[in-house]
Amino acid sequence: MSSTATTTRERVPSALRERLSDAVSQLAAAGALIVIFIFLSIVSPAFLTANNLFNVGVQISVTAIIAVGMTMVIITAGIDLSVGSVAALSGVAGALTMVNMGFPTILGILAGVVIGAVAGAVNGFWVTVADLPPFIATLGMLTAAQGLVFVISNGVAVFGAPSSFRLLGQGAVGPVPIPIIALIVVALAGYFVLSRTKLGRYSYAIGSNPEAARLSGIPVKRYLMIVYIISGALAGFGGMIAASQVNSGQPNYGIGLELYVIASAVIGGASLFGGRGTVAGTLIGAFLIALIQDGSVLLGINTFYQQIIIGIVVWLAVYWDQLRRKKLQAESE
Amino acid sequence: MSSPETRSSQTEEPIVRLRNVSKEFPGVLAVDGVNLEIKPGEVHVIAGENGAGKSTLMKLLSQVERPTSGEIWISGEKARFHGPRHAQALGVAMVYQEFALAPDLSVAENLFLGREPARAGLVNRREERNRARELLERVGLDINPNRLVSSLTVAEQQRVEIAKALAIQAKILILDEPTATLAEKEIESLFEVIRDLKSHGIAILYISHRLDEIFRIADRVTVMRDGRIVDTLPVGELDEDKLVRMMVGRDIENLYPKAEAEIGDVVLRVEGITRGDVLKDCSFEVRAGEILGFAGLVGAGRTELARAVFGADPIDSGRIELDGREIRIKSPQAAIDAGIGYLTEDRKGEGLALQLGVDKNITLATLPAWAGLVNLKAERETAQHRSDQLNIRTPSIRRRVQMLSGGNQQKVVVAKWLETNAKVLFFDEPARGIDVGAKAEMFSLIGDLAKEGRAIVLISSYLPELLNMCDRILVMHEGQVAGVLSREEFSEERIVALATGAKEAAA
Ligand SMILES: Nc1ncnc2c1ncn2[C@@H]1O[C@H](COP(=O)(O)OP(=O)(O)OP(=O)(O)O)[C@@H](O)[C@H]1O
Ligand SMILES: [Mg+2]
Repeated sequence: MSSTATTTRERVPSALRERLSDAVSQLAAAGALIVIFIFLSIVSPAFLTANNLFNVGVQISVTAIIAVGMTMVIITAGIDLSVGSVAALSGVAGALTMVNMGFPTILGILAGVVIGAVAGAVNGFWVTVADLPPFIATLGMLTAAQGLVFVISNGVAVFGAPSSFRLLGQGAVGPVPIPIIALIVVALAGYFVLSRTKLGRYSYAIGSNPEAARLSGIPVKRYLMIVYIISGALAGFGGMIAASQVNSGQPNYGIGLELYVIASAVIGGASLFGGRGTVAGTLIGAFLIALIQDGSVLLGINTFYQQIIIGIVVWLAVYWDQLRRKKLQAESE
Repeated sequence: MSSPETRSSQTEEPIVRLRNVSKEFPGVLAVDGVNLEIKPGEVHVIAGENGAGKSTLMKLLSQVERPTSGEIWISGEKARFHGPRHAQALGVAMVYQEFALAPDLSVAENLFLGREPARAGLVNRREERNRARELLERVGLDINPNRLVSSLTVAEQQRVEIAKALAIQAKILILDEPTATLAEKEIESLFEVIRDLKSHGIAILYISHRLDEIFRIADRVTVMRDGRIVDTLPVGELDEDKLVRMMVGRDIENLYPKAEAEIGDVVLRVEGITRGDVLKDCSFEVRAGEILGFAGLVGAGRTELARAVFGADPIDSGRIELDGREIRIKSPQAAIDAGIGYLTEDRKGEGLALQLGVDKNITLATLPAWAGLVNLKAERETAQHRSDQLNIRTPSIRRRVQMLSGGNQQKVVVAKWLETNAKVLFFDEPARGIDVGAKAEMFSLIGDLAKEGRAIVLISSYLPELLNMCDRILVMHEGQVAGVLSREEFSEERIVALATGAKEAAA
C-alpha cells in the first residue's frame, strides 16, 4: 500500500522502553526485595547463610508453586479462592491413598495432584458452563473442599505414608532441597506456557477482552477450563509437598493460604482486572513475602506485625497498579 | 454563511490561546509546537490523518494530559493543569467518543453527578429533575430524566453528554468524532444543537474525518499533520481537494477505488435467518469477487445479521450454505474455521485486546503455532508484514494497542482479519474513524480482496461508500430484508425509501 509522503516523526524504536515500562511494576517489587535483602544481610548475621536462604526458599515454595497457577487465573481476569482448601484436600486424600489403599509414593503424589485438578475442573465448570463469577465459583469450592477434608479424615491428621514420601518435602539433591527444585521446574514451565504457548497467549487475550477473544475464534471456555484445572493441580501439588514436609495429611492445612498466594501474584504486578501478570513478577512477590517473614523471625518481630507489614505491601503494590492503569486509561482515548 | 452575530463575535478576544504547546509520549512527539486561537461562538474543526495528534491536542485542552512544554490560556487565565475538573471550572467540557456516563444511574443523576443540587447533604430530587428537563430541552432531547442511561440509544447518550457540558456552563465544548456512531438524521439534529450553542457564544472544537460534515458545520478548519499545524483557514477558502491535500500531503484521485473483479459462483448463501424480534426471515447470497452492501438505518439489524451468520449470536432458525454445502455455525470459531470473517464495528469493545501489543492482536485469530507452541518468529514477521502493508503508525509492533490513535487501532483489526484468509469477509463500518488517506487505502484493499475472489459484505451507514463500492446493495428495515438492488438500480432515494419502509417507492 502506498505510504504517506509525510515523514514520521516518531523517534527511537522503543521496544526496549516498552519492555521497561512493562517491568516497572515488577521493578518496584524487585527494588523492595533487594532493599530488604541488603538490609537483612547487614543487620542479621544469620541471614546471609546458605542454610537460612534454603530455608526461606523451602518455606515459600508451596505458596510460590500455587501462585504460578494463580497468576494464570488472574491473567484471565479470574481468581481462585479455593487453592488453600484444595491443597489441604489433596494432602489428606493423597495421604489416604497411600495409607489406606496402598498406593506407592509416586502414585500417591500423583493422586493428590489429580484430586486438585478435579477440584479445579469443578471450579472451571461453574465459571464456564454455569457462567458464575470466578469469585463465587471458587468461594464455593473453598468451603466445599474444606468440608470434604473433614469428612474423609474425620478431622484427624493422616499419618503412616511410606517413608519415601518424606523425600518430596524434606529431601535434597546435593545441597538443594527438593521443594526448591520443584518450584524452579514449575516456575520455568509456567514462564514457558505464558510466553510461548497458545494457552498463555489466549489467557492474556481473554483477560484483556473476552469478547474480542471470542470473536477472534478463541474457544474461551475451553481455555478458561484448562487454566482452572492447572491452578487446581498446582494447589494439589503444593498440598502434597506441604503434607510431605510434616509427614502427614493435615485437615487444618491451608487456611488463609490463598491470601498469600494472591498477594504474591498481585505484588508481582498481576492485575486483578486481567490481561497482565508474569511468573517472574509473582516469584518476586512470593519472595518478598518470604523475606518479610524470615526477617521478622531473625529480628524477633512478633508474627502479628509481620502480617501487618504484608498487608501494607499488598496495599502499596495494588495502589501502584491502579495508578498505572488510570494513567493508561487517561492516555488512551 | 455566517450570521451577523457570529461575525461580530469573531472579532472578540480568543477564548482559548495555545502558545507553542508540545506533548511528547515515549517515542512519539504527538503534538509539536502548536499555536492556536479559538474564538467564542465559532465551530472550529480539527482535521488530519490518524495519529496526527488531534485527540492529544484536545486532551491537553481538557487537561486530561499535561503538555511537555508550552502554555495554554483559557478565558484569559493560564491553565495550571490540575486535571479535567480544573478545566471544567475554566469552562472546558469534552465529549469523548466512548461516553463517560454511569449506565446504571438516571439521566438526571448523571447530569449533576458530583454537583447535585442539595441542602444539608440531601439531594433535592425535584429540582434536579426540573433542571435536567431544561438542559435536555436545550440539546433537543425529549426524554424522561428519570430514565436510566443504559436504556438510551448511543445518539441520546451523546446528547446527555452535551447537556452535561451545559450543566457546568461550558464555554468551550470539545467533540471528538461525535458523528461516528450516528445515523444521518441524528447527525443533522446534532448540527442543529451545535448551531444553537454557537449562537450562545459557546466555542465548539470538532474533530471529524468526514469531509462532507466539515463543510457543513465548520467556520474555521485547522489541519494537523505529524503533531504540527499545517494551517488554519476559514472554511470558505477551502474545497475538498485542497483539504485532502493539506491533510495527507498529496492528492487522492479516487476515494473509492473499486477494482473490476470477476464475479463467480455463490460462496455464501443464507436462508431464513430468524432471531427473536431482531432478525426476521433474512436471506441473501454473496458470490466470489462480489461486494454486497448492507444498507439500513442504525438498528435495522445489519450488524445482527452479520453476527448471526458469524455464529456470534445464537439463531432461532435458518440455514447457511458455504460453497453449496450446508454448514452449521455454532460459534465464531466454527465460522472462522469454515472461512468466514467478521470485522466488528465496535473495535474497543469487541475487536481488540487493548493491553496486548499490535503484533499479538494481529495474530489473535491465526496464531502461528505447532502443538500448542507459538512460533514467535513467524508471528513477528506476519505482524510486521501486515503492519507495513496497512501503514500502521506505531513506533514498534510490540506497542500496546491502547496507545495507538483511533484510526490505527482500526487498521490493527483489519490486519487481523486479512490474516485469516477467509473466503467471506464481513466489514462492519470499516471506515469509521479512519482518515481520508487510510479510507482510500481501506477501500482499495477491500476491492483487491474481492478481486482475489473473496466474497465481501460491506456494512455502512454512509451511502456514498456503498454506492461506489458495491455490486449489489441489500437494504434492511426493522430486522427484515426490505430489498436488494443491483448496480443499475442504485440510487440514494431508492435506498432511503427501502430503509425507511416506504416500500412502494422501490419498484
Ligand atoms: N497515551 C499515549 N501513549 C503513547 N503514545 C500515544 C498516547 N496517546 C497518543 N499517542 C500517540 O500520539 C500520536 C497522536 O495520537 P492522537 O490520538 O492524538 O491522534 P489523532 O489525530 O487523534 O488520530 P485519530 O484520527 O486516529 O484519532 C499517535 O502516534 C499516538 O500513537
Ligand atoms: Mg483521535
